Amino acid sequence: MTTPTQTQHADNGVNVEALLGAKAALTEAPEGALFRWRTTSEWVNGTHSRATVDGFYGLGGEQRHRRRFVFDSDHPEIFASADNGVTPTEYVLVALAGCLSAGIASVAQHRNIQLHSVRASLEAGMDLQGVLGIDSNVRNGFDGIKVHYEIDADASAEQIAALVAQSQKRSAVFDIVVNPTDVTVSTSKV
Amino acid sequence: MHKTDVVVIGAGHCGLAMSRALSQRSIDHVVIERREVANAWRSERWDSLKLLTPNWLCRLPGQAYDGAQPDGYLRAAEVAAFIARYADRMHAPVQTHTTVQRVAPADAGWCVGTDAGDWRCRALVLASGACSRPLVPRLADEVPASVAQWTAQTYRRPSQLDPGGVLVVGASATGLQLAQEIRRSGRRVLLASGEHVRMPRLYRGRDVQWWLLASGVLDQRIEAMDDPLRARRLPSPQLVGSDERAMLDLNVVQHDGVELCGRLVGLRGTRALFSGSLHNVCALADLKMNRMLEAFDAWSTERGLDGEVDAPQRFAPTALAAAPRLHAELGCDVRSIVWATGYRPDFGWLDAPVFDRRGELRHDRGVGVDAPGLVVLGLPFLRRRKSSFIHGAEDDVNELVPHLVGHLDRSARSTMQHAATLDTRGATTACLR
Repeated sequence: MTTPTQTQHADNGVNVEALLGAKAALTEAPEGALFRWRTTSEWVNGTHSRATVDGFYGLGGEQRHRRRFVFDSDHPEIFASADNGVTPTEYVLVALAGCLSAGIASVAQHRNIQLHSVRASLEAGMDLQGVLGIDSNVRNGFDGIKVHYEIDADASAEQIAALVAQSQKRSAVFDIVVNPTDVTVSTSKV
Repeated sequence: MHKTDVVVIGAGHCGLAMSRALSQRSIDHVVIERREVANAWRSERWDSLKLLTPNWLCRLPGQAYDGAQPDGYLRAAEVAAFIARYADRMHAPVQTHTTVQRVAPADAGWCVGTDAGDWRCRALVLASGACSRPLVPRLADEVPASVAQWTAQTYRRPSQLDPGGVLVVGASATGLQLAQEIRRSGRRVLLASGEHVRMPRLYRGRDVQWWLLASGVLDQRIEAMDDPLRARRLPSPQLVGSDERAMLDLNVVQHDGVELCGRLVGLRGTRALFSGSLHNVCALADLKMNRMLEAFDAWSTERGLDGEVDAPQRFAPTALAAAPRLHAELGCDVRSIVWATGYRPDFGWLDAPVFDRRGELRHDRGVGVDAPGLVVLGLPFLRRRKSSFIHGAEDDVNELVPHLVGHLDRSARSTMQHAATLDTRGATTACLR
């Protein structure tokens, strides 16, 4: 176990100065902090849909990703589907892992901790009696999510645990998953 | 219309410590108090409350605890008596049973309107307390009428509550103390916990407040904090003052039979929803406590104190159910809710552009911003970590009095210049209610 000294400079590829600058700027101008994330999704066939993400709103105006990203979702063959993509529920795990790992890298950079590897394993339990309508006492969604991080870094076990805890505290997807969110779905006929 | 140099609002420990400092400098002032001296300690706290600081730390400029139990903790009524004795001993100019209705800037000073007449002053000291108004989340408005709601200010004792289940919201000192005593009264208790500050009552044989004070933590200054806003909003640590000097944390209350759940995050009809973040907030609190204890150990070794205190200790991590509950039925599982979700000061009578976007008083370490002659005392981490403690008043008063004196000197000079160039009638504006 090694501990970073003040003279070493961790480089996890995170621009902490920019993040801190954004925090200061958005404290002064909170309207710039109001973002809107978007995706559009097109049904292809069967349980296969294709979602596209390219633009979002933030910092007071429309923004674009560097390119358009496309995501296929489907169900596996044991559900009599074509398995053209991962299930939507698996995307939730992908999103949670991506968000927590990004947070870990950012917090580690801010704390001057050099990361060497960050591996997350996620598992969520689900009782299909919920979605299939077999038992109304069973919820549709996950009955829980287990996340395990294996991290190699120039830090003590406690410092690594603190990185992971702080990342959860500041994670958007963690918040979305653990706390209720109001969802409004509207429809129009074309 | 009365006139004085300084009006101090609130005759609690801070207002009286300031009054003493002003008297020592022969500065004319009055302390306005809506009921009796130390009112909040007399009428706004629950029956079993004791101070979180041991008696030997109970000290104000010119008066310290001199009883037989320096390691004990004062009851609220004893705190009130301690403060009343202080007021009597120094003949503080307190005007009791006087309610402030409106305070506004008036030329070269302030106008303080009360139900017993108006005061004009050149400087104003806000010492009405950090815990005037219980902070209750907005979703309280949606709680069904069949569920009784209490705050830490209205709750007195378990027997007031319906015999059914109780949801205590908040896991700081208040929430844990109330959850424990309500559970021990035989009621079913659910405790909703967000982020919290865990610490042992005794560490290596000494009160944790001794460690915090001796190692310099309580004297840390707000300007040395990375995130001052967060430092000021830190919830009170999970502590209780008891004869047994017992530890109070989530493990203890769970052992008593309290059921733990995550932060209360919403209501869907009669269903209360709790956050799934309980594991993480407990992990954070355990990690932070251990960091604090490591810092104490390092400090003790550095000071050569390891022979005088007991051996280092570590405490079991917070134990949690594998799957804490995510909801409860209001009216069924829960018949009463006790909000232990913090307090805010109440400056509702202050009619001046001195508040920020969030409605909080703008001040620089107690000195009002854009408010000449305004000083505030006793808020959390006002100048130092100990600012809201009884023993924290002394240093803050000593540092803020020179500011007040400087302001009075400057205002005296400018008033004289003003009077020389203006008709006196023009310089006096009516004190409007």
